[in-house]
Amino acid sequence: MNFSSFLLMRQEIALLVIILLLVIAEIFIPKKKKVSIVHLALFLFGIHAIIGFFEIDESSLFGGMFRTNHLIHFFKNVLNIGVLILLLQSADWIQEKIVNQNKGSEFFILLFSSLLGIYFMISAGDFLMFYLGLELSTLPVTALAAYETMKRISSESGIKLILSSALASGVSLFGISMLYASTGSIYFSEVVQVLSSTNLTLLGMVLLFAGISFKISLVPFHFWTADVYEGAPISIASYLSVISKGGAVFILMILLFTVLRPLAHIWENMIYVIAIATMFIGNLFALRQQNMKRFLAFSSIAQAGFILLGIMEGSKLGTATVVYFVLIYIFSNLAAFGVIQAISLQTGKERIKDYEGLYRTNPNLSLVLMLALFSLAGIPPVAGFFGKFFLFTAAASKGFYLLVFLAVVNVTISLYYYLIVVRAMFLRKGENPIPFFRNKIYMRIGLVITVLGILLLGIYSPIYDYIYDLSSALN
Amino acid sequence: MDILSLFIVLPVLTVLVLVFTKNLKQARMVALAGSLVQLGMAINLIFAYLKEIKTNDAIMVFIKDVVWFKNFNIHYNIGVDGISVALLVLTAIVVLAGVFISWKMEDLPKEFFISLIVLSIGVYGFFISIDLFTMFVFFEIAVIPMYLLIGIWGTGPREFSAMKLTLMLMGASAVLLVGILGIYFNSDSDGGALTFNILEIAKVNIPFEVQRLFFPITFIGFAVIGALFPFHTWSPDGHASAPTAVSMLHAGVLMKLGGYGVFRVAIYLLPEGALHWSWFFIILSAFGVIYGAFAAIKQTDLKYINAYSSVSHLGLVLFALLMLNKTAWNGAILQSLSHGFMTALFFALIGMIYGRTHTRDVTKLGGLLKVIPFISAVYVIAGLASLGLPGFSGFVAEMNIFVGAFENDNIYYRIGTVIAVSAIVVTAVYILRVVGIMLMGPVNNEAYLNLERVRWYEKLGILLLLLPIIAIGVAPLWLSELILKSLDPFLKGVL
Repeated sequence: MNFSSFLLMRQEIALLVIILLLVIAEIFIPKKKKVSIVHLALFLFGIHAIIGFFEIDESSLFGGMFRTNHLIHFFKNVLNIGVLILLLQSADWIQEKIVNQNKGSEFFILLFSSLLGIYFMISAGDFLMFYLGLELSTLPVTALAAYETMKRISSESGIKLILSSALASGVSLFGISMLYASTGSIYFSEVVQVLSSTNLTLLGMVLLFAGISFKISLVPFHFWTADVYEGAPISIASYLSVISKGGAVFILMILLFTVLRPLAHIWENMIYVIAIATMFIGNLFALRQQNMKRFLAFSSIAQAGFILLGIMEGSKLGTATVVYFVLIYIFSNLAAFGVIQAISLQTGKERIKDYEGLYRTNPNLSLVLMLALFSLAGIPPVAGFFGKFFLFTAAASKGFYLLVFLAVVNVTISLYYYLIVVRAMFLRKGENPIPFFRNKIYMRIGLVITVLGILLLGIYSPIYDYIYDLSSALN
Repeated sequence: MDILSLFIVLPVLTVLVLVFTKNLKQARMVALAGSLVQLGMAINLIFAYLKEIKTNDAIMVFIKDVVWFKNFNIHYNIGVDGISVALLVLTAIVVLAGVFISWKMEDLPKEFFISLIVLSIGVYGFFISIDLFTMFVFFEIAVIPMYLLIGIWGTGPREFSAMKLTLMLMGASAVLLVGILGIYFNSDSDGGALTFNILEIAKVNIPFEVQRLFFPITFIGFAVIGALFPFHTWSPDGHASAPTAVSMLHAGVLMKLGGYGVFRVAIYLLPEGALHWSWFFIILSAFGVIYGAFAAIKQTDLKYINAYSSVSHLGLVLFALLMLNKTAWNGAILQSLSHGFMTALFFALIGMIYGRTHTRDVTKLGGLLKVIPFISAVYVIAGLASLGLPGFSGFVAEMNIFVGAFENDNIYYRIGTVIAVSAIVVTAVYILRVVGIMLMGPVNNEAYLNLERVRWYEKLGILLLLLPIIAIGVAPLWLSELILKSLDPFLKGVL
C-alpha cells in the first residue's frame, strides 16, 4: 500500500476533500455572503468533474474490497456530469430559497455524500463495501427530500423515503447474509466460483435484488416513487430519478453479470416478468397524472422497465446498451426536470394544465421540454431513440422477440402521455398561460448542456463505440 | 457532397434559415426558395439517373456508404433506383405546391413551414435509404411533425385527430421495429455478418420459418401508413382535421411511404413470406378498396370523401404489390404517383373552396362552377382522373394493375381482382355525385356570388399538380421505362 495506489480512489478522495472544504467554508464565510457558497460548490465540483476525465488504472484496493476499471470510472464520470447539470439547474433555487434559511452548504454536503456513496457502491468488490455504499447513498437523500421543512408534503416525502429505503436495505442485507451463509465469502470474485443454485442462494438473490430494485423503483417496489417525487424539492426528485437510479442500475448489472452469473438462467426469467410489469404499470399509471413531478415519476418507472431489456442480454452488448441508455436518460430527464424547476421557481406552478400555451409565451423552454420528452419517448433524431433502439436490439439478439414486442407496445403508450404535455404547451392557447420570464445564467447553462447532449449523443456514433469498447470490463 | 445527400442537407439548411425568419413574408420566401431548389434537384436527378443507368448495371446507383454505428453494422447508406427517383420527384412537387397553398398561413408561420420541411426531410430520407436503420429513422422523422401540424394548425377536433393519427402511425412503426430487428438478426443466415443493408440482405436466403413469422409484422408495420383496412381509421380523421397543405403532403406523399416500404422491405427481403401470406393480405386490401369507395359515397364532408377515396386508391396499391408480378407492380408504382398528384390536387382545391365558402359540406354547396370557374373546372378534371378516365394518370395506373392482376390464373386471385375492379364503378358514383351537387346546378347561397377570385399562388400550386397528371396520362411510357428496369431485382425472389 503506497501513495500511488490511493490514486485509484482519486474520485472518492477528491469528492471527500470537496465536502470537507465546504464544511470549512461554511465556518469562514460571513453570514451576509452565504450565497457565495453556491458558487464555490459549483466551482469545486466543476473542477472535480473535469479532472475525472483523466485516465485511471485498473486495479483493486484493500484486498479486493474496492476496485476500479475503465467502465466503472467512465460511469462515475457520467454521474458527475449529471450532478453538475443538476447543480447548475438548482443553483437559483438554492440561492433564493435555501441559503436564507442558513442551510445552503448542508445541501451540497449531503448531496455529495450521497454521490460518494454511489461511487463506493459501484466500485465495490465485496458485499460489505456494496452495503456501505448503498446506505451512504440513501441516507443523505432522505434528509434532502425533507429539505423544505416548511412544507408538510416535503417532510412526508422524507419520512416515506427513509422508512421504505430502510426496509429495502434491510431486506438486501438479509439477502447478502444468505449468500454469505451458502458460499462462505463476501468477496464477489470468490462468491461467483462457489455459487450454485440452491434454495438458500436463490432466496438470497431474490432478496438482494429486491433491495436494489427499490432504488431503481422497479415494480413491485415502486410505490414510494410518485409520492416522494411529488413532495421532495425538484432537484432532489431529479437526483433520485437520474443519479441514484443510474447508479443502482449499474450495480445491479455488475451483480447480475458477474457475481450472480451462475444463476443467470433463473434471474433471466425473473427479470423478464419484472420488465413487463414495470413497463406496463409505469406507463399505465402515467397516463392519468396531472402533476408534472408525479408524471415524470411514473415515466421514470417505465424507463427503468426498458433498461431491464438491455440487462436481459447478459453480456457485453447488454452492458454497452444499458450504460449508453443511462447516459442518454440522464440528459433527457435532467432537461425535463430543469424546465419544471425553472417554471416552478418562477411561478410555483407544477400541474400539466398550467403549461397550456407555454410555447406562445416561453418558446425556448417549451422547445427544451419538447426535445426532452421526445427523447424520453424515443423519437428520432434525438438521442433517446438510439438508446431505446439499441436496448431492444440487445434483447432481440437473444431471441426475446415477444418481450421486444411488448416493449414497443409500451413505447406507443408512453408516447401518448408525453404528447399530452406537448399538447398542453403547443396546441392549446390556455386561459392563463405562464408569463414570459428569463432564466438566470446557471439555469441557462444547465439547460443548454442537456439540449446539446440530447441532440448529439445519438447522432454522434463514436460515443457508443467508446462505451462498447469499455464494456468488455464486466465480462 | 454527393447528389443524394443534398436531398437531406438542403431541407436541413432551409430549416436552419427558417429559424431566423421574423414574419410570414420571410418564412414563406425561404420555404419557397428551398423547395424550388429541391424540385430543380429532383428533376435534375431524373436526367442524371437516366444517364447513369446506361453505363451502370447496379440495382441502386449514386450509392454513398458511410459507417455510422460500427458495432451494429449500421451505415448511413443511400442510393436510388427508378422507383425512388419517381417518388422523390413526386415529393418535391407536392412540397412546393404545399408551400404555395400555405401562402397566407397567418398563425405561427415560421413554425408551420419548419414542421412542413422537417416532414419532407423524413420523406426524402426514407426514399433514398438503403440501410434499414436509416430508413426507420427517417420514417419516424416523417411521422412526428404531423402531430404538431394537425394539432396546432388544424380545424375541428384537431387534438383528437392529431393524437389518433400519431399514435396509430407510431404504433405501427413500433411493430415495424420488431420486424426490422427480426430481419437484422437473420441477415447472417448464409454465414455472413449481421447487416441492415437491404441490398445485402436480399442476397441472403433467410429461412422460411423466419420469413413466415416476420413478413406479416413488417407488412402491417408499413401498411398502416398505407391505409390498409382495418388500420386505416387514422386517415379520414387526420385528413379532415389537417390544414390544407398538410392534407396534401400527407395523402400525396406520406401515405406512399407505406407502399414503398412494403415493396422495398417486406416483399423484397422476405419473398417467401410474401408468397405464403399474400392470400390473406389480398383479402384485406381488396376489401379496403371496396370499403373505401362505398364509405366515400355516404360522406358529405369533402375532405372525408377524399380521405376515403384515398383509402380505396391506396388499397389498390397494396393489392397490386401483393400480385407479385411485374405488370401489377408497375401499376402499383404508377398508382402511387398518380394518386399522389391527384389527391394533393383534390385537397388543395378543397382547401380553396373551404377558404372561400367556409363549409366543406357538399349539401350546402351548389353551382360553384358559375362563381369560381377555375377551381371548379380543375375539380372536374381531377375527378375524372380519379375515376380512371383515359388520358389521365389514373387510367394508366389502374389498367396496369388489373392487367397484372389477371395474369395470375389462380381462381382465387381472379375473384379478388373482380371485386377490386368493381370499385371503379363505385368511384364514379361518389366523384360524379359531388360534381353534380357541388359544381353544377343553381347557386344556392347568395353569399357565394361574391367569392374571392383565384390568386396567382393558388393557380401556380394547382398547375404544378395538374401537369404531371396529364403528362403521365398522355405519355406514360417514359415513366414506365424509368420504373420497369428497377422492378427486375424484386422478381428474383418471388418466382
